Amino acid sequence: MAECSFGLVGKGYVLIASDTSASRSIVKMKENEDKIKGLGPNLMMAYGGEPGDTIQFAEYVERNLRLYHIRHNHTLRPASAAAWIRRSLADSLRSRHPYSVNLILGGYDHTSSMPNLYWIDYLGTMVEVPFAAHGYGAYFALATLDRFHDPEATLEEGLETLKRCINEVEKRLIISLGKFMVKIIDRNGMREVEL
Amino acid sequence: MNTFVSRFAPSSSALPHSKGAIAVEDDEKYSDLTWGSQAGFGHLGTKGIPSFKVPSLADPSAFLRMHTDDYADPSCRIKIQHGTTTLAFRFKGGIIVAVDSRATAGSYIASGTVKKVIEINPYLLGTMAGGAADCQYWETYLGIECRLHELRNRERISVAAASKFLSNLVYSYKGMGLSMGTMICGWDKTGPALFYVDSDGTRLKGDIFSVGSGSTYAYGVLDQGYHWDLSDEDAQELGRRSIYAAGHRDAYSGNTINLYHVKEQGWEFLGNYDVTKMHYDGPGNVPGATGGGYGYEVRTAGRSASDADAIDTSA
Repeated sequence: MAECSFGLVGKGYVLIASDTSASRSIVKMKENEDKIKGLGPNLMMAYGGEPGDTIQFAEYVERNLRLYHIRHNHTLRPASAAAWIRRSLADSLRSRHPYSVNLILGGYDHTSSMPNLYWIDYLGTMVEVPFAAHGYGAYFALATLDRFHDPEATLEEGLETLKRCINEVEKRLIISLGKFMVKIIDRNGMREVEL
Repeated sequence: MNTFVSRFAPSSSALPHSKGAIAVEDDEKYSDLTWGSQAGFGHLGTKGIPSFKVPSLADPSAFLRMHTDDYADPSCRIKIQHGTTTLAFRFKGGIIVAVDSRATAGSYIASGTVKKVIEINPYLLGTMAGGAADCQYWETYLGIECRLHELRNRERISVAAASKFLSNLVYSYKGMGLSMGTMICGWDKTGPALFYVDSDGTRLKGDIFSVGSGSTYAYGVLDQGYHWDLSDEDAQELGRRSIYAAGHRDAYSGNTINLYHVKEQGWEFLGNYDVTKMHYDGPGNVPGATGGGYGYEVRTAGRSASDADAIDTSA
């Protein structure tokens, strides 16, 4: 729960921000960990939860989506990838050793020219949303996003809203999460953006 | 408390703590009429300092917790009102105080029309979060003491002094189960003043406070919209919007909003706003309102993140 990630869609893009700390117990082990994984040219995923499970599950997803790409010569659309990832978590939940991983999945669907954002938790709950947040940050940022989010926002405006969320968490949450990393996906693919 | 003990005890005769029962009876010589009145508090009389009738056990607060801790035992007999959102902030035009009106007992909405702003006197407001009875009783009592201060000293009590009185008072009951998180707001010689006081004994002077289960949501809107030079109308709108945000996201807050503005001439009640109405239609024709509902779906209706129109299809 000390981890925190946000996502939002804007006009033709989806932004995902995640904190970059890796901690064990009360100790911060690393302060520049990239917790947003690219899952192909038009899909990315912020992950958080039980240490160990997170990377294992993220890489499992990455490899399977890559396999799909090789076998079929095209990638899964974000909606289909999200459904497959959700099902993987739901099956995992009913196994002997479930993955405890929460996700925010963002992608750009070229067939509909729509950016997609999915909120998924370790229980296999999935919902497509215009903005999303995981962790304690959600308690502050969801109200901020209710107030300021605009689906037709330009990239500059979208980043401004994202900055408000991060600023609010830095201001009010007693735990300092350190730096945030922000990645964007639009029709040109994925890249990191500086806040 | 005597009847309370006997009601929940297995049998009054076979009390394992019968010694305690005698102590309670001894206390009973205090008439209920005198207790809590000025006579009871102002004069020590022959009985010494009057005190609360607490269960006569080794640990009264543990006993209280046993029957009220709904987190540990959802089937507990007494549920204390907890969920709330209250906020107050200082700005150039005075202080805005906004609260919701929902009272919950566990998952049950016990009331949707609670007055969570306690009008201590024409210059002082107190907000209510935590135990409703505790806040109401002790803030009313604070009002009595503030009036006595005026009569004795021929001047109004400062907000700092009033809040310090309350904080010292609740601190003297620390560990006995009082539950309150309150903001004391007022205007005195120093201008607008705002203090946060809670039953832990914490007392903080500040510009922005929000208290209750929905406070994080309220902060999320309040912090991002706040600056000192806000106009009166914009400040009132920010207060409404912040409580609305909490009413929308927090299950234990909602129903209606009560809005107050503390100015130099004293506080002013601005109105009561329905949260559901604000979601769909907005607060109505009031100063600061931008028109239209506050709800995300209402606000962004018809807007799409698709950039299909921006693509150059001629290529």
